[in-house]
Amino acid sequence: MADRQPASASRKTFAPWSDPSAEPFIVFDNVTKRFGDFVAVNNVSLNVYEREFFSLLGPSGCGKTTLLRMLAGFETPTEGRILLDGQDISTIPPYRRPVNMMFQSYALFPHMSVADNIAFGLKQDKMPKPEIEERVADMLRLVKLEQFAGRKPHQLSGGQRQRVALARSLAKRPKVLLLDEPLGALDKKLREETQFELMDIQENLGLTFMIVTHDQEEAMTVSDRIAVMDHGVFVQVATPAEMYEYPNSRYVADFIGDINIIKGTIKSTANGAVTLETEDAGTLVVHQAMDAIPGTPAYIAIRPEKMQVISGVSQNQIDGEVWDIAYLGDLSIYHVKLPSGAIVKASQTNVTRLIERPITWEDDISLTFAPDAAVVLLD
Amino acid sequence: MNRGPTWFNVASVTAGFAFLYLPIVILVVYSFNESRLVTVWAGFSTKWYVALFQNQGLLDAAWVTVRVAFVSATVATVLGTMAAIVLIRAGRFPGRTLFSGMIYAPLVMPEVITGLSLLLLFVAMNFARGFWTVLIAHITFSMCFVAVVVQSRLVTFDRSVEEAALDLGCPPLKTFFQITLPMILPAVISGWMLAFTLSLDDLVIASFTTGPGATTLPMKIYSQVRLGVTPEINAVCTILIGIVTTGVVAASLITKRQEMERQRAERLAVAEA
Ligand SMILES: Nc1ncnc2c1ncn2[C@@H]1O[C@H](COP(=O)(O)OP(=O)(O)OP(=O)(O)O)[C@@H](O)[C@H]1O
Ligand SMILES: [Mg+2]
Repeated sequence: MADRQPASASRKTFAPWSDPSAEPFIVFDNVTKRFGDFVAVNNVSLNVYEREFFSLLGPSGCGKTTLLRMLAGFETPTEGRILLDGQDISTIPPYRRPVNMMFQSYALFPHMSVADNIAFGLKQDKMPKPEIEERVADMLRLVKLEQFAGRKPHQLSGGQRQRVALARSLAKRPKVLLLDEPLGALDKKLREETQFELMDIQENLGLTFMIVTHDQEEAMTVSDRIAVMDHGVFVQVATPAEMYEYPNSRYVADFIGDINIIKGTIKSTANGAVTLETEDAGTLVVHQAMDAIPGTPAYIAIRPEKMQVISGVSQNQIDGEVWDIAYLGDLSIYHVKLPSGAIVKASQTNVTRLIERPITWEDDISLTFAPDAAVVLLD
Repeated sequence: MNRGPTWFNVASVTAGFAFLYLPIVILVVYSFNESRLVTVWAGFSTKWYVALFQNQGLLDAAWVTVRVAFVSATVATVLGTMAAIVLIRAGRFPGRTLFSGMIYAPLVMPEVITGLSLLLLFVAMNFARGFWTVLIAHITFSMCFVAVVVQSRLVTFDRSVEEAALDLGCPPLKTFFQITLPMILPAVISGWMLAFTLSLDDLVIASFTTGPGATTLPMKIYSQVRLGVTPEINAVCTILIGIVTTGVVAASLITKRQEMERQRAERLAVAEA
């Protein structure tokens, strides 16, 4: 696996969402789902494109599973429609949709062996027996369960069951595969390997994946685009890089990676630069085209790794005292306490051995960030 | 502390088991009695079993009973399972509470009333009483028991398993037979066995609804006992006890073996994971 081509290499130019003439493959058109009075999915619109690897990210109970279940046909939207390949699928029953789902609860057939579980969908398609056997063997190899083919689900560990569920949903090679937390129960190494396998399969077979995950790192690794959900709405839909560099709100900024948020008010906006007055760190400048009335409350969001430790006087200078140091091996994260009491995090690559570290507890240091390294958020 | 059995424990266990099983033991022992007198032991003999197999009346009654029990248990299982599925799955429909109440009512209804009302129905419909009326009556009261047993299994049934089958392209009816039914099969079999047993030993309802030529074994035994208990009756009962005991022991052995196999396999899986 060492000589694997990075999956992103062939995907560099894959961006149908920014091409106005591209036909979306899956369309959620103002979809709302209510359970009684409770709104699980609130007026969501989304286009997913063929061959896209799309991730849904969000806290528990925000409506991710509900969204997938509507696409699979187990819930009917209260309002709005869902189109698949241009066709409204609201009247198509689940067993006729070219969509397969991997259930969050695995939902394995307890009375069937692992191999029979995987073969079940293929048998429904009346696939010839030798082909079924071959496909099942492929799938078992993929999820590394070859020697468990004859076991019943209750004879497997949690992670093994999850892999059976994954293999079963992949076996039919559906045009659209919905994966509800497919890798949650796997250890880090197996999870990373399976992530790459998934990306390979998706790429090679030209499938469209929608995947739910709680792991933002996983979402960043595998996805073409990510949607961050909260309370049944999409807060932001963007590519991983966009989402990391230009989150559209504090909610997203906080959800994806680590970030410093400094509260302030806008002093002026001119020539593609925003100047903010902050209580914690004085006047700060961010390069960003923005129209806002001076005095508007706003937030500066800056990633710890984009903070630099400086000695001279500089623009966007933030003075403070080293409050805590988290040593992570490759990096150290400095928690710097500002005179106002606020804490700002700056991460530094550990280019020297720990012993020679120049900065230590209670040192007075100055931090800075480049004006184009931060974003200003109004929300 | 002394954890061994005290004389009090031993005594109460003995008394309890004696209370439960002494009558049965006496019945079995006297079925092998040489004497015609039920209360006097005159040596071992199997002659009453031989006599039993020459008693055409008893054999006929036994055959009727087995047929009624088998067919009524089977039909009741189908109907009861269907009722249970509707009650659990159909969500809220108008009249659901009434319907589920009506399913439970025969469980607590005195048998005399069930029997009498069925009799009145058959008379009103001018239905010739006999094998078929007993059969219908048994289906009527035993399907409720099946429905209750199957319902309790369905309450804990994980529906996402059925959804997974649908999702993989299996139509609903096929999903029922390939996924749902195998999963609830133990409950369905228990329901069938319960219905079979209930039908086998029903006296009251059968007496109300039977007609010429359809005397069941309990009825036959009851009417003969009124003329005096014969060792022949003891022999019939011993055979019945034998059949029931074999069934129960076999069922529990099978369950136990499955359980042990499952635990062993789980240990294996954990060890290999
Ligand atoms: N059948 C239902 N009836 C009533 N409420 C429901 C039903 N299904 C889901 N909900 C509610 O809808 C909301 C969204 O549920 P959903 O399962 O989509 O969450 P999720 O984002 O998948 O969460 P998790 O990450 O915990 O799996 C939850 O608050 C849940 O309680
Ligand atoms: Mg979920």
